[in-house]
Amino acid sequence: MALTEKDVRYVAELAHLELTEEEIRRFLPQLDSVLQYVQKLNELDTARVEPMAQVTLAEAGNPPLRTDQARRGLTQDEALGNSPEQGGGCFKVPKVIERE
Amino acid sequence: MELTNLSISAIQDLLTRRQASAEEVACAHLDAIQQKDAAVRAYLAVAGERAIEQARAMDRRLAAGEPLGPLAGVPMAVKDVILIRGLPNTCASKMLENFTAPYSATAVERLEQAGAIVLGKTNCDEFAMGSSTENSAFFPTRNPHDLARVPGGSSGGSAAAVAARMATVALGSDTGGSIRQPAMFCGVVGMMGTYGRVSRYGLVAFASSLDHIGPFARSVRDVARVLSVLAGGDPLDSTSAVVPVPDYEATLEGSVQGFKVGVPEEYFKGLSPEIGDNIQKGIDVLKTLGCEIVSIRLPHTEYAIACYYIICTAEASSNLARYDGARYGFRAGEYSGLRDMYKKTRDRGFGAEVKRRIMLGTYVLSSGYYDAYYLKAQKVRALIARDFVEAFDEVDAIVTPTSPIPPFKLGERVDDPLQMYLADIYTVTASLAGIPGISVPCGKTRGHPPLPVGMQILTRHFDEARLLQLAYAFEKAGGFEISA
Repeated sequence: MALTEKDVRYVAELAHLELTEEEIRRFLPQLDSVLQYVQKLNELDTARVEPMAQVTLAEAGNPPLRTDQARRGLTQDEALGNSPEQGGGCFKVPKVIERE
Repeated sequence: MELTNLSISAIQDLLTRRQASAEEVACAHLDAIQQKDAAVRAYLAVAGERAIEQARAMDRRLAAGEPLGPLAGVPMAVKDVILIRGLPNTCASKMLENFTAPYSATAVERLEQAGAIVLGKTNCDEFAMGSSTENSAFFPTRNPHDLARVPGGSSGGSAAAVAARMATVALGSDTGGSIRQPAMFCGVVGMMGTYGRVSRYGLVAFASSLDHIGPFARSVRDVARVLSVLAGGDPLDSTSAVVPVPDYEATLEGSVQGFKVGVPEEYFKGLSPEIGDNIQKGIDVLKTLGCEIVSIRLPHTEYAIACYYIICTAEASSNLARYDGARYGFRAGEYSGLRDMYKKTRDRGFGAEVKRRIMLGTYVLSSGYYDAYYLKAQKVRALIARDFVEAFDEVDAIVTPTSPIPPFKLGERVDDPLQMYLADIYTVTASLAGIPGISVPCGKTRGHPPLPVGMQILTRHFDEARLLQLAYAFEKAGGFEISA
């Protein structure tokens, strides 16, 4: 196994996932087997290959730019409609900056 | 008259001859859902009142002699990752359990504009991640051909609804096979157009360089009709292609005599022998239609799963960063501070497969690993796409099995994510290359009960017309009935 429990905890931290101990134990071999498997790509010499980030199609041309014109978006009520907590027309979140 | 077993044009005949109203057609489907869906569980939410209202409005327009849209009165199911204003959109996740869509996807607007009646939102793997619909946070959907088996995924609910006559057509999304594979498993037709052919505005993003919206139906003709309405550029989706849309139905009946059809050797290794036999019979049908069958090579096929699962998890980890409990969706009940709120919300809100993919994607994008995994995968993607470009220099279309395995039993594969991923081998390649693909029924296995086998047809970018023409000729000549 190449992946360690420490790696799993570190990646979970990066991904803002608070995994339980049980999840960490379960995910470690599963993630490891997938990461071992994808090493397969190293069999290919890609030194002279340009990476393909997106399907680019000649027929589709350049994406057209729309005119810079204001259009109706969501109203404040619509935008707040799905929020877990709101107040004063804003999304409410826990305090980010502590006062001295 | 069985109103739930009709094609689009048969429904429209009834409506124009006043032999049935749109309301009767919609109600027959709502009744079918009432009767059958306790066992199949294709729907997460049924929009009965809304559907009846839409149908009544259609009947009033009919009575007033207004012209009918191409989908007038056609009952439709929509995968629960595609927004419909005012209806819930859960993505089969606890994270969005109480989310109501504030706007509609362009795809839905176009279909409704053409007269389609939305019956409800269908079950799927959570955030469209999976191949069996077992990853739904709410319940698994069952295959109408054998309730002990999965309907495929991730658009399993849409495929099952169409197969079980609980909708005439349905919308799904396809990132690595999520329309084509459940179409095979449920014995219906499912199609993904060229990347950009159909607007994705209002589709909840999973892997943006791979996501598509596409139709399910019980015939190639109905799929062609729906795609004609769906396709075309959209100012609200800058990745949608502004390329003229032909009337796909108008060219369906053209002869396929002389079509060169490629059969890639790589797609006939390691598959269930019964599926191989059925596809071989399907290829023989194409021969009788006058197609020239050519053996071809797609040499990078064996790298496609590794390539796909790096790219799709990387994109997913980025796209799903938005679910943080701040602006919409689930928020954990107890936390201390903002960062803790994010972490607890995401741990409680996401299911196991979504977390695994976020973890994989975060890992392959993390500092020190980006070049080895993500950049490498993008380069291999270019090689896979080039395989197809070279193949299409020689042939007009490529045929393959849709999946190497028949529908499997619930629970049979859930504990081994890698094994589940490997079964996507025949569908992820077209997704990586951005070419269109369809799955059409191609016989059944010999088991009890017999299970559907599907043949996948692929063509060049924006050559959906020829793809549908070949699929239509095949369906007609093969006589593979669609039943469940």
